[in-house]
Amino acid sequence: MKKSYKIEVDCANCADKMEQAAAKTEGVKSAVVNFMTLKMNVEFEEGADCKAVMQQVLKNCKKVEDDCEIYI
Amino acid sequence: MNKKQKKVLIRIIIAAALIIILKFLPIEGLLGGWLEFGLYLIPYFVIGYDILLKACKGIKKGQVFDENFLMAVATVGAICLGDYVEGSAVMLFYQIGELFQSYAVGKSRKNISELMDIRPDYANIEGEDGRLEQVDPDEVEIGSIIVVAPGEKVPIDGVIVEGKTSLNTSALTGESVPRTAGENDEVISGCINLDGLIKIKTTKEFGESTVSKILELVENASSRKSKSENFISKFARIYTPAVCIGALALAVIPPVVLLITGSSAEWTVWIMRALTFLVISCPCALVISIPLSFFAGIGGASREGVLIKGSNYLETLSDAKYVVFDKTGTMTQGVFEVKKTVVAPGAKLSEEKLLEYAAHAESYSSHPISKSLKKAYGREIAADRVSEVSEISGHGVTARVDGVEVAAGNAKLMTRMSLESMSSDEIGTIVHLAIDGKYSGYIVISDIVKPTAQQAIAALKKTGIKKSVMLTGDRKKVADSVAAELGIDEVHSELLPADKVSKVEEILASKSEKEKLCFVGDGINDAPVLTRADIGIAMGALGSDAAIEAADVVLMDDDPAKIAKAIRISKKCIRIVYENIYFAIGIKLICLGLGAVGIANMWTAIFADVGVMIIAVLNAIRALKVKNL
Repeated sequence: MKKSYKIEVDCANCADKMEQAAAKTEGVKSAVVNFMTLKMNVEFEEGADCKAVMQQVLKNCKKVEDDCEIYI
Repeated sequence: MNKKQKKVLIRIIIAAALIIILKFLPIEGLLGGWLEFGLYLIPYFVIGYDILLKACKGIKKGQVFDENFLMAVATVGAICLGDYVEGSAVMLFYQIGELFQSYAVGKSRKNISELMDIRPDYANIEGEDGRLEQVDPDEVEIGSIIVVAPGEKVPIDGVIVEGKTSLNTSALTGESVPRTAGENDEVISGCINLDGLIKIKTTKEFGESTVSKILELVENASSRKSKSENFISKFARIYTPAVCIGALALAVIPPVVLLITGSSAEWTVWIMRALTFLVISCPCALVISIPLSFFAGIGGASREGVLIKGSNYLETLSDAKYVVFDKTGTMTQGVFEVKKTVVAPGAKLSEEKLLEYAAHAESYSSHPISKSLKKAYGREIAADRVSEVSEISGHGVTARVDGVEVAAGNAKLMTRMSLESMSSDEIGTIVHLAIDGKYSGYIVISDIVKPTAQQAIAALKKTGIKKSVMLTGDRKKVADSVAAELGIDEVHSELLPADKVSKVEEILASKSEKEKLCFVGDGINDAPVLTRADIGIAMGALGSDAAIEAADVVLMDDDPAKIAKAIRISKKCIRIVYENIYFAIGIKLICLGLGAVGIANMWTAIFADVGVMIIAVLNAIRALKVKNL
C-alpha cells in the first residue's frame, strides 16, 4: 500500500536523511521524500499497520533531523 | 518571507551590526584580552544559538556529521584560537546562506504552484428554484448538470448541454488562442470560460477529471528521482565524512610529522586549516540545487503544455537521438478532407454537382470518408432526395439521388459496372463516381499534414536528433509522400499495431545504450509502443486517460512542434544540473586544496559553502524560464 504524507523540513540534505531513515524503518518497503513539494511517499510492506509504522518513521526521522515534522 | 525567516533576518542584521561595531572599537588587549572575547560572544550567540543547540542535540543522538555540529565545531574552534571575527562571521554567513536557500526554495515552490493554478475551488449546481449553489467539486456526481459562468474555471470534465462560449485552455496547453465550444462539445476541466454562460453535464468525477490528473502528475513528478539526483545524495553521504576525516588528519598528522623531524609543531596553524575544512564540508549547495533545477524545469515545461512525469524522464529525454513517430494523428491531423474534385472530360456537370451527388450517395454511412464528403459539400443533406441505398462491401455504395442513379466507390466498383475509370497518381483515398451509368469523375480524399509538422521535424534535427522514423499502417505511397514532404529520414508503412512494437525494438537493438529512443504517438492505440520506447510521448492527450497513463511525457495539445520544445527544455535543465554539479564540486575541491596548503582561509571557505550555494540556487531557478526556448 502506498500513502503520501505532508512533511516539514528546512534543508535538502535533511530531507535526504529523512528519506534514508524512513526507508530503514521496519514495515516500510520504500520511501521517497520530495523536498520540493514537501511530501513523503511511503510504500508499506504487506500487512503492515500504517499508523504504527508511521509513528516509528517519525521517531527515526526525528533522530536524524531534530527539526522535522511529518503530518500523519 | 514567513515568520521563521523574518526572525532569522533580524538576527542576521543585529549580529552583522554588532560585529562591525566591535571591529572599530579599540578593545584589543583590554582586560588581558577577555573584554574582546566576551564582547564578540554576544553577536556569536545571537546568530548561532540555535545551531549550537541543534549541534548538542545531534551529539546526543550520535549524529556526528550533522552540519550543525560541523559549523559549531568550526566556529567554536576559530574563537578558541582567537579568531573572533572569523568565528562569528562564519556563523553569520552560514545563516545568511540558509536563509537565502529557504527563501529561494519557498519562492520557487510558490512560483510553480501559481503556474499550475488550475485547481477549481467550487462547482455551481443549479438548485430546483433556479438558484446557483456553490459546492465542492469532489461532491458532484457523474451526470450532474453544472453551470459555468464567464470568468470561471470548468471544474469537471463533461459535455455542454446548453450555451456556447470560447474557452481559454492556456493553463493546460500553453496555447493562447481560445477554443470555441458549443452544445454537445466535450469540455475538459481546467479551461477558463471566457464569454458565455454554459451548462455542462459531467461525464467524470472530479478525481478522475483532467485537472486532477494533471495536478497529481505534476506534483508527483519530482518524486521520481533522476540519476543525477541519486548521484548527488550518494556523493553527499560520502563527501561530508570524508572531508571531516581529512580535517582530523590535517589537524594531527602534519604537526606530529613536524615534531618528529625536529621542527616546531605549529598546532594552531594546522588546526585552523582543519577548521576551514569543516566549513567546506557542508553538502548543502549540491544537495539543494539539483532537485531545485529539476523541479523548476518540470514546472516551466508544464506551463508550456508539456507534462513530464518524472525527473528521470527529463534526464532521458535530453539524450534523445532517435525520434519515432506514428503518422495518423501525430504528424497528420487524423481527419480526412476532400483535397481535389476531378470531373471526367465527357461528363457535363460541375465539380460542385459531382460533390453534391457523392455526399448524398454516401450520406447514410458514418465512415470518415463520408463525413469528409459531407463537410466539403457544406450544406444540409436532404434525406428525402436519397433512396435505394445499397452498400457493396469493399467497393462502395450505389443510391438513387433526385431519381438519378449514382454509384460512388473505388476503381473496383467501376470495373464491376463495366466502366473505365480515370487513373490517378493522387495521394490518398479516391472515390470514383458513376452517374446515370456513365463514369463522371473522381474525388480525392486525404488526411492532411499538420501545419507545423514540417517545422517540427526541422526543429528536431536542430536539437541534435540523429534519425527521425515514421511508422504507419497506411499505404506505402501515402506514407512515402508524407515522409518526403516533412523530411523524415526513414519510413515503415503498411504495419499492423504489433509490427510497430517490433520495429521499435529493432531500432532499440541497433542503437547504443546512451542514445535514447523516443516514440511519439497520439496515445489511442499505441500504448504498447509508448511503454516499450525509452521515452513515450503522447500528444493531444487532453482528456485521454489512457495516453496520460501510458506515456512518460504528455503533450497537452497536438502540436508536433512541442516535441522539439520538450527536448530543448530537457537539455537546458540537464545543462544547468551539470553546471551546478561541476561548479559546486569543483569550487569545493579547489578550496579544500588551497585550504590544506594554507592559501585559503576561513573567508574563502565560507564562500565555498554559502557563495557556491547561492550561485547554484540562482542558476537552478533559470530552468524555470523556458518560454522562448
